[in-house]
Amino acid sequence: MLDTIVGLLASTVIAATPLALGAYCGIFCERSGVVNIGIEGMMLTAACISQIVAQYSGDLRLALLTGILTGGILAFIHAVISIRFKAEQIISGTVINILAVGLTGHLYQRYLAFSASPPQSPGTFPKVPIPLLQDIPILGPIFFQHQPIVYAMLILTFLTHFILFYTPWGLRTRAVGEHPRAADTVGINVYRVRYINVTLAGLIAGLAGCWFTLEWVGTFNLQMTSGKGFIALAAMIFGKWSPFGSFAAAVIFGFANALQINFQLNMPNIPYQFLTMAPYLLTMIVLAGVIGRAIPPAADGQPYEKG
Amino acid sequence: MARRLLTGIGIPILALFSALLLGSFVILSTGGGWDKVLTAYGAVVYGAFLKPRGFSETLLAMTPLILTGLAVALAFKAGLFNIGGEGQFLIGSLCSVWIGYHLTGLPGIVLVPLGLIAGMLGGAFWAAIAGYLKSRLGSHEVINTIMLNYIAFNLGDFLVNSRGPMNDPTSSVPRSPMIALSAHLPRLNPGSPSDRLHAGVIIALLATAVIWWLLYKTTLGFELRTTGANPDAARYAGMNARRNLVLAMALSGSLAGLAGAVEVQGLNFNVPAAVQSFSAGYGFDAIAVALLGHNHPFGVVPGAFLFGAMRTGADLLQLRTGVSRYVISIIQALVLLFAAAPAIVRWIYRIRAERRVEEAPLTRGWGA
Repeated sequence: MLDTIVGLLASTVIAATPLALGAYCGIFCERSGVVNIGIEGMMLTAACISQIVAQYSGDLRLALLTGILTGGILAFIHAVISIRFKAEQIISGTVINILAVGLTGHLYQRYLAFSASPPQSPGTFPKVPIPLLQDIPILGPIFFQHQPIVYAMLILTFLTHFILFYTPWGLRTRAVGEHPRAADTVGINVYRVRYINVTLAGLIAGLAGCWFTLEWVGTFNLQMTSGKGFIALAAMIFGKWSPFGSFAAAVIFGFANALQINFQLNMPNIPYQFLTMAPYLLTMIVLAGVIGRAIPPAADGQPYEKG
Repeated sequence: MARRLLTGIGIPILALFSALLLGSFVILSTGGGWDKVLTAYGAVVYGAFLKPRGFSETLLAMTPLILTGLAVALAFKAGLFNIGGEGQFLIGSLCSVWIGYHLTGLPGIVLVPLGLIAGMLGGAFWAAIAGYLKSRLGSHEVINTIMLNYIAFNLGDFLVNSRGPMNDPTSSVPRSPMIALSAHLPRLNPGSPSDRLHAGVIIALLATAVIWWLLYKTTLGFELRTTGANPDAARYAGMNARRNLVLAMALSGSLAGLAGAVEVQGLNFNVPAAVQSFSAGYGFDAIAVALLGHNHPFGVVPGAFLFGAMRTGADLLQLRTGVSRYVISIIQALVLLFAAAPAIVRWIYRIRAERRVEEAPLTRGWGA
């Protein structure tokens, strides 16, 4: 029994990884005042390109690096469109999402589809159990016997919190997101803070994308992110734009996901569709009952016009 | 005045031109020269307009895009972001198909509108859930409409997949039963059986006019637009914000649901168990179409026409040049980018900006 629960919680952490990473990407963007609904597209593109690099170079680490950079590049484009050209950020994010569908479809057909006879996939990152920590009863198997991106997610949870709330950079970021005019007055370069935050956030989305191919499946499928980028945004709002809150939301979502997979295996009498929809239903219920109104950073989504 | 007109038409044309130009670099990257680019774009134009029934297929593809695009535009006008078009589309199509194969005894004149209304009610109900949750409990419609999409996919899968209550056991592919012949929307060119264009396109255009009238000529429309433009002002003016919010979502959902019903009754005549490919991408495309049309009902139509033509022409593009049809999605994204952010086009072509006219924003982000 205990083993089952521990196993369930370990797969919860795995399932929560792309959601939490996506949420941290959202946090950095939105805390600095830039809405990013393009996370889904950034993850999808990073997943695709990292897999192409993995298969053609056979080097998973190079693939990881390219995937992360892909996210950063797309985010930089989002930043240029919404900061330099002051386009509406929802539009810019939608552009990234549609672009991702087209770009990955195109690249998939050209480099990964059966007809392109691509080199074999080198598979996924191996598990890296952490010495000593992995032997802790219960906590060890839940947190310390995973693949590398899961650890990266766990570390980023604390890192994001630390950066946002305990460093001058974090203070500047939040100032720019809440009241850019005031931040500008005290000499903070609003545009620079936004550019850097959005681009760095894109690297995190790229990492989340790599999780799909390099850690989870080992191959790329069209549309394989299947809305996880949006669910990550839900986790971010759910967690009220805070790293720990978003992590908790991602874990709840991941738990519902792990639980339904477990149920599907053990209780074939319940139609699987109801189990698959459970995490989504749960999100709505928790959102309605527990969290209530979520208030975004005050300047979220507004282009800044230097006065 | 002449200058304004020039930039008014000029910028969208430059936007399209720039998107095609950038898209051609993607095509060039697959090897081949500029003649390949010309063949590729030629194939799209030929496939979407000139080839036999090409134009019909374009109008056919335009129809659900108009309706879902109107759904998104209406919600934006009321200050709401409805990303749930796909789920509402699916629920609408399920309601319409249920009517279509249950009430087979009814004559067409009753059954056709009944199916459409059922679709609208289904979509309206599905979207109103998100509206109600926001108005009562403050939970965000962006999250809830996305969640409702996935719930709808699973619900649809359960209902029409094998052993489901709406499954047709006699069919080899898992799907719902076929609707009665009397539930079909009439074909517009019954003389040619391969011309699939149906009355749905007229319904979509009528819906455009109705939504325009509703938004700009009625008190309700005024209230919705005011709530969207300035919720505080709306509240001070004594408008019932909560009611308007639920109503706006329901209206928006009813349009997406109508799109689903029209697809069922005009084209597909059943709902396949592969529900996600049935409502394929209408969520994203509808947002793009609405934004292309600046959220104005009359702007949605040309936007949907352009996207419909591209969708239709894409197949021939792949067939003739071997370039994947996904290149079209890349170009669609670029069209949206350049059309919705004219500052970029002005910057590229060094067009001086006109004196700024204070414009209400199209979207309000997560807005409270």
